[in-house]
Amino acid sequence: MSAQQKVADSTRVSVQEADFDVGHETTALGDGRCDVGGIATFTGLVRDANDGSGVSAMTLEHYPGMTERALADIVEQARARWPLLSVRVIHRVGRLVPGDRIVFVGVAAAHRGEAFAACEFIMDYLKTQAPFWKREETPEGGRWVDARDADDSAAARWSAGAAPAKG
Amino acid sequence: MALRILYFAALREALGVSAEDFDPPAGVASVSALRACLAARGGVWERLSAANVKAAVNQRMAGGDAPVAPGDEVAFFPPVTGG
Repeated sequence: MSAQQKVADSTRVSVQEADFDVGHETTALGDGRCDVGGIATFTGLVRDANDGSGVSAMTLEHYPGMTERALADIVEQARARWPLLSVRVIHRVGRLVPGDRIVFVGVAAAHRGEAFAACEFIMDYLKTQAPFWKREETPEGGRWVDARDADDSAAARWSAGAAPAKG
Repeated sequence: MALRILYFAALREALGVSAEDFDPPAGVASVSALRACLAARGGVWERLSAANVKAAVNQRMAGGDAPVAPGDEVAFFPPVTGG
């Protein structure tokens, strides 16, 4: 555990090819501190099917430099809404196969309400604001994944005054 | 000093270009004017006129009205699909 993780209000963001350990990342959010009442996490995985086709693999492209900045900005927006203690965001890039982990968002807070809400907020904004693009390998060949309207709607509800109550 | 322009994902593939240094003509000082200027190259470059093409200036999401100036890094890309 690094000293950085013991600092109050810590945020860590990583964009990496390597896999991550969900247990380790979750534990680290509360390590060395006694003010955490709950940790909410989300882990995204590669599915073996999308839009009616089998998916044998996908490659994630990103915009180096902007990606890390966009993820940090999203966490700052979450921190402006809820009193969060530690936040961890990891997004993988490169070629992944079904069952592989893609993304991890973990939020530690004093109470479950802000932990659940901020975790969902960060994922919703990540889906629409962070510069990642998926290219799938299917039996019909390679194809870029289209953005989904449902993801825009999910992000938009946070700006419609519909944020869940704190605590 | 020129603009640094980056292209990503399906747009990069269609254009066959991932990055270029570009000296815009006088008067091209916004994201939308730059898009129009690049689309005017014709052929595959007309894809830059598509409504769903997004832009970033100096690594921040930017609308059509956002100013662009010499030395800026401007990126064009399709809607993002991470997560």
